[in-house]
Amino acid sequence: MLSRTADHLYWMARYIERAENMARVLDVTYRMSLVANSAYDETARWKPPVQIADDIEAFEKNYSGYTAANVIQFMALDERNPSSIVSALNSARENARAVRVAMSSEMWETVNALWLELRQRIRQGLREAEISEFCDWVKSRSHLFRGVTFGTMLRDDSYKFVRLGSFVERADNTARLLDAKYQLLLPAVEAPEGQVDYYEWSSLLRSVSAFEAYQKVFRDTIEPWKVAELLVLRDDMPRSLHACYDELAPILEQLCRQRGRECLRLAGENHARLHYGRMADIFKMGLHQFLQDFILRNNALGVEIQRAFLNGPE
Amino acid sequence: MNINTFFDEMRTSTGSVRRLYQPFAEWLSGTDHAQLMQKSREAEMLFRRVGITFNVYGDEAGAERLIPFDVVPRILAATEWRVLSAGVIQRVTALNAFLNDLYHDQEIIKAGIVPASILENEMYRPEMQGVDVPGGIYAHIAGVDIVRTAENEFYVLEDNLRTPSGVSYMLEDRKMMMRLFPELFRRYAVAPVEHYPQVLLNNLRAVAQPGVYDPTVVLLTPGAYNSAYFEHAFLAQQMGIELVEGQDLFCKDNGVFMRTTEGPKRIDVIYRRIDDDFLDPLAFREDSMLGVPGLVSVYRNGGVTLANAIGTGVADDKATYTYVPEMVRFYLGEEPILSNVPTYKLENPDDLKYVLEHLEELVVKEVQGSGGYGMLVGPTSSKQQIEDFRARILAEPDNYIAQPTLALSTCPTLVEQGVAPRHVDLRPFVLSGKTTTLVPGGLCRVAMREGSLVVNSSQGGGTKDTWVLHGDSTC
Repeated sequence: MLSRTADHLYWMARYIERAENMARVLDVTYRMSLVANSAYDETARWKPPVQIADDIEAFEKNYSGYTAANVIQFMALDERNPSSIVSALNSARENARAVRVAMSSEMWETVNALWLELRQRIRQGLREAEISEFCDWVKSRSHLFRGVTFGTMLRDDSYKFVRLGSFVERADNTARLLDAKYQLLLPAVEAPEGQVDYYEWSSLLRSVSAFEAYQKVFRDTIEPWKVAELLVLRDDMPRSLHACYDELAPILEQLCRQRGRECLRLAGENHARLHYGRMADIFKMGLHQFLQDFILRNNALGVEIQRAFLNGPE
Repeated sequence: MNINTFFDEMRTSTGSVRRLYQPFAEWLSGTDHAQLMQKSREAEMLFRRVGITFNVYGDEAGAERLIPFDVVPRILAATEWRVLSAGVIQRVTALNAFLNDLYHDQEIIKAGIVPASILENEMYRPEMQGVDVPGGIYAHIAGVDIVRTAENEFYVLEDNLRTPSGVSYMLEDRKMMMRLFPELFRRYAVAPVEHYPQVLLNNLRAVAQPGVYDPTVVLLTPGAYNSAYFEHAFLAQQMGIELVEGQDLFCKDNGVFMRTTEGPKRIDVIYRRIDDDFLDPLAFREDSMLGVPGLVSVYRNGGVTLANAIGTGVADDKATYTYVPEMVRFYLGEEPILSNVPTYKLENPDDLKYVLEHLEELVVKEVQGSGGYGMLVGPTSSKQQIEDFRARILAEPDNYIAQPTLALSTCPTLVEQGVAPRHVDLRPFVLSGKTTTLVPGGLCRVAMREGSLVVNSSQGGGTKDTWVLHGDSTC
């Protein structure tokens, strides 16, 4: 297929996934801000979402202070912020529009309807109290897009590039989310009288739809290292790093016939670390270290996919 | 001008319904206005959801608008269609013969029928002189604009031979009508148009260079911001071919290739929807970001087929238009079936004098203009607009032609107050490849504003489904 078509499909999927994950982070942050907890002031509460998106500099240039209103504006609606939900959804639709014939008409209509409704919502404005409803809406549209893709798209290379985009992005987002949360909560965990904050950890789980899964898998109180295990190594947890690579590796096996040997190698290497790794070793290295390393490796795979397939060879 | 002086497609001058429209009128009388408005809103919602939109130049960046869709069809009898289709096929056949002649032996100039000054026309491409194109076909897709002024009076307004657009509306409007009013299709035997993309694809495959087995055809678009992008995407999808942009293609070893995820792939036929000027920065406009460097050179050497060919603009130029009836006689030895509108060429001093004295009665157009931009409709313009236009004409008379304001026929159209007559035209799409054919129908454009004679979508015109009836009577 045309490299540019693959490129648009891949980025369309990445942007939708990005918008969904951003909505998850914002939603959980907002819900937690409603729970009385003196350990965190407003900055401690609202800085992590900006940190996760790697946008500290842009935020501080344009806003004064990590207040709920500022961060919601910046992360959800600000069209100057390329990683805001609105920007991500705009980009998803632009990419879709450029290659609408490469997907099923139901997929195009889903993306286009999502965008039209988004414009409508922006016109109406978003009050702080409506942020959860807005985030739920973004998530449900992303679910719809995923379902429509799964249910209607021909299983050709186009489909594979959509899937690649989704999982490269999701692996990145889950790693960032876990890393930010761990950094925020770790001092409390390590303090001698440290109490594991049930609400904080359960909120992290909820943000990746893993709260119920945790209960089912561990049938235990919430322990930070078990949360990490669930989100890193468990292959049956759909938003874990391992699950993402369980999807990525076989797709690349099929795509890399003559081209992209380096993609295949990188994906295989990352996959092996998750498939055969042990939690104890990861903690020995330091979870933060491990996650930072993973984000770089996952990013390297993204760069390589771009080079091998999407930029178009001469 | 009084609206009653115009020929109406549905009603005679005494107000009775023509036989052709009787089943429709009967249906209409049993359908109330609110119901029709509801259907019209439903159509708009569906068009918007599917993204059948048109980008309007000069509007806010990236603005996407819907072309208004009218739920009342325009109906043509089989007998009327037989004349129209024979007429446009004849015309396009002659125009292709003319282009082939002009870019080879120029017999028509030697015969003194078309003046040699045509070679100075900006749309004449010296690069094409002596280049052989497969089948001698230049205009593979032609959109011929036809207006009606009386029962049996049809005129050709212009021949669009470069990159005519609008065919997607012919197809989508039909789909919409069948969805909204299936019962009407039981009252009328409407000839189908849905096979258009297949006919087009077969024609495009047929004009690959000799010796190419199983040719690869692509559609070249300027991109998602072009006004007709929806149509490009739609046609590519219907034909199952790749929709490419200039950046997807490159030239090498006298061939054109597209960049794919599996490496370069050779292309044989390009259905291009980019103007000549932007095709190749090495040959034409250097600043073109849309084209493919080296494309013209490969094309001239027979490494790829372009549809339409380069240099067709010289034949659909409004100054060349006046010679088309002569071309029909010269190349085909036949009398033209369809008439031209009498045209004044302002390069001619007598014509210029007459036109300047009668601006308020005439339509004046730029020779190379299209899309309803840069034209004056005398009878509906203000004194100031006429004076402004007079200055433009005087500055550059060669750049304009003028025609009498035609009494375009009207067709019943749904408006806020009810169903009222509005002016219409018709653009059938003629396809040339192995043979020259067309599907029974076309793009019917309607001026939505009362009294307006400008049907262009860029000027607020809408579209209607066109029904060519199968057989001579309704069922």
